[in-house]
Amino acid sequence: MATSDDTLPVRTGFLAWLNKRLPVDAFIRDQLTGYFAPKNFNFWYFFGVLSLVALVIQLVTGIFLTMHYKVGDTTAFDSVQYIMREVPYGWLLRYMHSTGASAFFIVVYLHMFRAFLYGSYKAPRELLWLFGMMVYLALMAEAFMGYVLPWGNMSFWGAQVIVNLFGTIPVIGPGLVEWIRGDYGIADATLNRFFSLHVVAVPLVLLLLVALHLVALRQNGSNNPDGIEIKEKKGPDGRPLDGIPFHPYYTLKDLVGVGVFLVGFAIVVFFVPTFGGLFLEAPNYEPANPLSTPDEITPVWYFTPYYAILRAVPDQRMGALLMALSIVCFIVLPWLDRSPVKSSRYRPLTWKLALAIFVVSFIGLGYLGLQKPEGVYVVLARLFTVLYFAFFVLMPFYTRGESTSRVPGRVTFSSH
Amino acid sequence: MSDIAAPAPAEVDQDRRGFLTIATTVTGVIGVAFAAVPFIESWNPSERARAAGAPVEVDISKIEPGQMITVVYRKKPMYIVHRTPEMVASLAGHDNRLKDPQSKDSIQPAYAKNDTRALRQDFLVVEGTCTHLGCLPKARFEKALPELGADWPGGFQCPCHGSRFDLAGRVFDGSPASTNLRIPVYSYPNDHTLIIGVDATTTATGAA
Repeated sequence: MATSDDTLPVRTGFLAWLNKRLPVDAFIRDQLTGYFAPKNFNFWYFFGVLSLVALVIQLVTGIFLTMHYKVGDTTAFDSVQYIMREVPYGWLLRYMHSTGASAFFIVVYLHMFRAFLYGSYKAPRELLWLFGMMVYLALMAEAFMGYVLPWGNMSFWGAQVIVNLFGTIPVIGPGLVEWIRGDYGIADATLNRFFSLHVVAVPLVLLLLVALHLVALRQNGSNNPDGIEIKEKKGPDGRPLDGIPFHPYYTLKDLVGVGVFLVGFAIVVFFVPTFGGLFLEAPNYEPANPLSTPDEITPVWYFTPYYAILRAVPDQRMGALLMALSIVCFIVLPWLDRSPVKSSRYRPLTWKLALAIFVVSFIGLGYLGLQKPEGVYVVLARLFTVLYFAFFVLMPFYTRGESTSRVPGRVTFSSH
Repeated sequence: MSDIAAPAPAEVDQDRRGFLTIATTVTGVIGVAFAAVPFIESWNPSERARAAGAPVEVDISKIEPGQMITVVYRKKPMYIVHRTPEMVASLAGHDNRLKDPQSKDSIQPAYAKNDTRALRQDFLVVEGTCTHLGCLPKARFEKALPELGADWPGGFQCPCHGSRFDLAGRVFDGSPASTNLRIPVYSYPNDHTLIIGVDATTTATGAA
């Protein structure tokens, strides 16, 4: 990356005055026009920028929903109905926010899968992966607390189930649960603190983590489908031979991806906002009732893989522990995978099979988490839980000394 | 500026500097810990929430045999079941299918740690929240319900994750819940009055 000033445009007048005081041109050069990204990005590389788009959608719609929402156990449910029926375009703001939550998780899951495919979590990008996982955890907390705010019956009972998970911690559990709730049950106090966390605390943390994720990304640059470091092969001008400036090449390419994403997003928002009960569940159109459990408590789809693991274990403490461990597995992934090769393209069939089994297990658990815990579903949930953990726990063994094929020195690329 | 120039490295007392660094750090950490107290404490139940958790009195003479009523105590539903003699009899004979037949690992006052898990065997007083994750188990009092099997003795089933309990709130094998339904502290001031939240061990304010 060039640093001398002859790489900056010559400015006069206001722009010269501005750049003397704020490094606008230097920032554009360092982060966009002089930042080289691998030229062989494919479809999977849309989901990072789409996560940012989803974040912005959630922030903007969330700010406007907060202007009409009234927190409180007697006002919350009615204020959401008020938004839906009486606030001009309130229905649209709310459907964008509720669809935005699901869209956010869709793109984040695909973004994570990309890391599995091409080994993007491997050295030197372990911290990048860790920050990403922290974003994912913050996102789960944000989504959970946001789901409580409409104070429907599923909000209430979902909060009940999730908060009680902390009660399974030995010794401190029961006291901890009371502390989280601020009452002897899920109550007004709980709703108020979740509102504060949902609209202020967690978004601040999320923004900070996203910033750290991006800084860590820029430190080593993006990985790519071939899993090789483009900075190792530089031309005489010091630029990576397989790199192209992020702007205008990838900003324009991403713009197309964003356009396609927004078309899909709009179709859901306008035609199927509840997505058949997957994005907004029917029992949540009924106010919270502490004396009536919905017939079936299921979380929103993006939590169901973990929920299925929780239910698959016939012991509550073990179930909660396994559920927590299932997420910890992701966090320690960079240290479980011992293969010297990043990209699946050059890794053996064992790895591809293991990854396929994991993906099937994860999706299978996601499906089972939406079904009643009965009969063959319980057996399947247990099978998938075992496979899920086997993928991670056995990884150091089946990836060590795996017979990889030769990784090329330059990225695979053909111009169109 | 020369009079406040940094001392040469040899003149620096490293021990003194190290001690001061550690002492300052420790003092700072202790200060932050104390400053965190009000923020953490503010999450505990407020005085208003505590006051709303006062004991509840119930007239049990109006509950027909075989019927159940639900009252709320500390935001939690309390199930009060008037057990018929047949219901009491149904509690025997399935100990081998229970996780904790003697209620050794379950939460209940000492006077409810018996075969019927109650002060009076004709009345079951039990917290109606599943010990798994807090859903409300539903009453399934009829014997041998088709979906629960021919050997179903009557009891409760949780709609969330399928935990099953007998008519003393004891959990069956194969349920995700590990312990029996909790029994609150309660007493009978007279023959037809039940008070939840008060027994010989509680003070007049109702605190356990």
